[in-house]
This record gives sequence, structure tokens and C-alpha cells, in this order.
Amino acid sequence: MERHDAALVLTLLPHGEHGAVVRFLGLREGLVAAYVHGARSRARRADLAPGNRVRLVLRGRLRERLPTATLEVEASRALLAFDPAPAAALAYLVELLAGALPEGEPDPALAERFDALLDRMTGGGDWPAAMVRFERDLLSALGFGLDLGVCALSGRRDGLAFVSPRSGRAVSAAAAEGQPWARRLLPLPGFLCEAEAEGMPAPDAEACAAGFALTGHFLARHVFPERPRAEALRREALARMGLSA
Amino acid sequence: MGAEPAKPAADALEVAQALLARLPGLGPRSARRALLHLLKHRERLLAPLVEALARVDAALARCPVCGNLDVTTPCRICTDPKRDPALLCVVADVADLWALERARLFPGRFHVLGGLLSALDGVGPEDLAIAPLLARLDGVSEVVLALAATLEGQTTAHHVAARLQGYPVRVSQLAHGVPVGGELDHLDEGTLAQALRLRRPL
Repeated sequence: MERHDAALVLTLLPHGEHGAVVRFLGLREGLVAAYVHGARSRARRADLAPGNRVRLVLRGRLRERLPTATLEVEASRALLAFDPAPAAALAYLVELLAGALPEGEPDPALAERFDALLDRMTGGGDWPAAMVRFERDLLSALGFGLDLGVCALSGRRDGLAFVSPRSGRAVSAAAAEGQPWARRLLPLPGFLCEAEAEGMPAPDAEACAAGFALTGHFLARHVFPERPRAEALRREALARMGLSA
Repeated sequence: MGAEPAKPAADALEVAQALLARLPGLGPRSARRALLHLLKHRERLLAPLVEALARVDAALARCPVCGNLDVTTPCRICTDPKRDPALLCVVADVADLWALERARLFPGRFHVLGGLLSALDGVGPEDLAIAPLLARLDGVSEVVLALAATLEGQTTAHHVAARLQGYPVRVSQLAHGVPVGGELDHLDEGTLAQALRLRRPL
């Protein structure tokens, strides 16, 4: 059986002398592991740089068995490794995705968003805010989505300024005013409530830091307890971006 | 537990072959060929090899200064008076140190980190010899990071560079780009992009 997909390279586990078991995030396959012959050979090593977008061909008799993969690079993200902040962010994101996503449950939208984030990182544009949005989308894909469209108390869609650290639902500034529990709410940066549009000004470092604090709170609650390495890599990535975790 | 009875010669041959097959680059077939070659040239190859390996096994030690493997402690590189003590080259593994030594291009001394940061293998900064590196910077003016051009290698390089901030040393790293003898149409996009980014005036 042969399956074709567009996929992003996540992690590589050496197997045998030259081969490796590689985890990909495929549009149609979702998270999938496959054996790649000669993955660590001089000729193939660069093709399997984390983040690379590849055209993937998986071969295997049964879906339950580890398939073998051949691939062709469509977009190289090898350059990201040479800049401290993108390198640290990429190392964190691939570890998180490879560890947290379930296998065999495709989420094409999430894979496309990850690809778009990597494009933005490679292009040298403003990407920390896009990374916050991606973490929000990933939480949603894992079943811990944040409800940031409407105030949980008043039902209003404007003036949203906080998020409940328990429910992940937005709270408006008016509803929180004077409440004894208001100090426990997490600040909600405006850019997380709005759909991203062309020509929109890039959120400043303060807004990005608030965004990372928000997604970090829910990742720490739902995802990181079983993946402490991903949490450490996130801390490192934020430090490289000049933000604190 | 009592001592094991001596194994018959045929068993010993199988054990030798199985052990050779575990070496990198060898499988069962090539191990058999290597063993046969050694047996055919017993005086010229087998006996000296056994003797040399026994000597190495008896004397082998990890250098407490740089982490190199050698039969003297500290290693011969660390004690070589011709080496420039102001230059320090940081490598991930002893294999990298030996590769650089083979070329005999680096006049300074080395420091072996003992691996690369790797989430997959659970290797964190505390597992690498970074603290010993910081402890031996006295008299060093330049630290050359000779780490792999992979995400893990570069993440490690960025981490070490960040830890070296605040020390009065120049931090540099190996160039990345077109290899000597490399033809452009055979290079991957990443290498080409990096080579173009780091182009220099001619």
C-alpha cells in the first residue's frame, strides 16, 4: 500500500547505522512515524532537517506496521537552525508536536498553520505573535481550546481583557471590575481576539509576552506535566526571544 | 557465582565474530570476513591487534581537562606545550575532536561537551560539560564552537554562546556553506541559502 502526502519533518530517532525513524506531521496522515533508509547519510541528512516541508511517500502492507518513507524536499527550513531565537522555537515546537499530538488523527488545518508559521519564521518577518496563535490553535486541537470570543459573565463580545485561568473563557474588563477574583485572571492581549488580517500592525513585545503567559498557563496545566522537556525547551525559546516564561 | 567453564575454540570464534559484527560499519558478513582475514594473518595482524587493544584497554582514560580519550592523563593535546592555550575549540564528541586533529589545522586546545542538546534523547544542558568549559576559560581569548550544522548542533551552539556571554572571550563558530569540491547543483537548499547568506567579498 502506498500513501502520498505533503508533510513537515518533526523529529528523527536514529535506527541502525544509517537509517532513522522519522516523525512527520502530514496534511492527510496527521502525526505519522516512518522508517527512512539512509536518513543519516550525507546525502539525506539535510532533507530531514526539522521543519522541512516534504512530499512524502509512505509504503507499508498494513497501516498498523511502521511504514518506510521516501521523500522529496519542497521547502527547506534548515536555515532556521542558524538563528538563536527561531532555532530554539523550532526545537520546542517539533518536540511538542511530536510528543503531544495523537498518531493517526489528521488535522490538516493545524498542519497548514504550522507550515505558515515556519514560512514566517524563515522569511524573517514578525513571528512571535504567530507562534502564540499557533499555541492557542494547538491547545484547541488537543481538546483544551480557549473560548476567547465572548465574555463568560456578560456575554459581551467587546472589551474582552482577561481569561479565566480555570475555564479558559474570556472575561470583559467591565465584568471583572471590582471583583475580588479579578487579580487571578490572566491578561488577554487584543491580538488573540482578532482574526489576523493583511496590513495589521504587529503586536508589541508586551502583548506577545502576555500571549505566551496565557498559552503557557494552559500548556503547563494540560500538556507539559507529561512532557517536561517541551516545557524546558519553551523556556529556552522565550529566553532567546527576550521574553520570560 | 562460580567461574564459567572455558569455552571451546569454535564458540570463541563465534563470540569474536559476533563482537566484531557490533562494530560500526560491520554486519555479520563483513565481521566474518574481517575475522577470517585476522586468522589468516595471525602473526602479522591478529597478535599485534590483540596486544595493542590490551594496552589501550589497560591505559585508556578520559582526560579530566578536555574530555578526550587517550592513554595518558591529562591527554597529549592538553599537555602539548606547542599548543596555543588562548584558543579553545568546543566539540560535541571525541570523534569530532579526532576528526579535527586528523586535519591538524587547529593550533589550540579542545573541549568535549559529551553530546548535543536533544529533547528526543533527553539530553539537557546539565548533561553536557558546560560548567567545566566555563571553569577553564582563564587565559583563553577565543572559543571556537565546532558543532554540527543541524538543529541540535546549532541549538547547542546558541546555548553555549549564551552561557559564554559576560566572559572576556571572543566566540566564533565554523563556517557553513559550499564544501570543498562541492558542485552547486548537488547541494541542498539549506546549504545553498546559508552559503549565500555568508558570502564574502572577493
